[in-house]
Amino acid sequence: MKAAVLQFPGSNCDRDMVEGFRKAGFAASQVWHKETTLPDGIDVVGVPGGFSYGDYLRCGAIAAQSPIMRAVADFAAKGGHVLGVCNGFQVLCETRLLPGVLMRNAGLKFVCRAEPLAVATTDSPFTNGYGADQTVSVPIAHHDGNYQIDDEGLAALKAEDRIAFTYQDNPNGSRADIAGVLSENRRVLGMMPHPERAVEETQGGTDGAPLFAALAGALVAA
Amino acid sequence: MKAVVTVMLKQGVLDPQGEAVKSALGSMGFDGVGGVRQGKVIELDLADGTTEAQVTEMCEKLLANTVIESYRVEMGA
Repeated sequence: MKAAVLQFPGSNCDRDMVEGFRKAGFAASQVWHKETTLPDGIDVVGVPGGFSYGDYLRCGAIAAQSPIMRAVADFAAKGGHVLGVCNGFQVLCETRLLPGVLMRNAGLKFVCRAEPLAVATTDSPFTNGYGADQTVSVPIAHHDGNYQIDDEGLAALKAEDRIAFTYQDNPNGSRADIAGVLSENRRVLGMMPHPERAVEETQGGTDGAPLFAALAGALVAA
Repeated sequence: MKAVVTVMLKQGVLDPQGEAVKSALGSMGFDGVGGVRQGKVIELDLADGTTEAQVTEMCEKLLANTVIESYRVEMGA
């Protein structure tokens, strides 16, 4: 199993994400944003957190136009698995691989703490290692995590069971407490909380590890 | 030649920064500020002959996220 983690100028969670994949058994490498193709045989692409291009213009907007994102869009269109975390979630929304948009937190403050999440669906290759409605504790660290989507989009997410995680104590004003959403084919997940910051005890918890393990299991089975 | 692009959040989209500015103005004693919307102005220095349609394409593809933002293009001399 091979994972590729993208690296933009300003990414700062890329090595954590590589470690998250490696602990789950992936061979993981980093891919610079100027590359136009993904390495051969990639099973999953990780779009990491950070502040790509300094969050200039809009969070994730400039990264979404980088050469490697065209390759990622092709990869996703062919059914590839993609995990976007924090800034990576913003990038995936800006590329329209996921619906909606991340806006400035309603409280206008940067929030950084472990946050209780509810697993809103276990029907995905990312979340089937959790129990239904299980509460997990995963760190958040963001200024622009306020997920917004129009009525029609929200209705579609609900009808298709594509809300992956919800906040139990909404920290940023996100519509319907949404912390993470899935694509229509359920193979692209974007989430603001950082599962890669909760894969070993020295990080203060391991509630993120089942996500990487579930993905490994899904890819082995595939 | 220059073009000025004004990007604003669409009506109905919550603007937390605008709300904060409105609240600050109120606490400073400025009464009667019914609403504040915050946006951005982007000045483009362009090759002569660049068309408004090209600037519009720039807006659609990068400068504005049309899910939540509207934009206005003013072509200058």
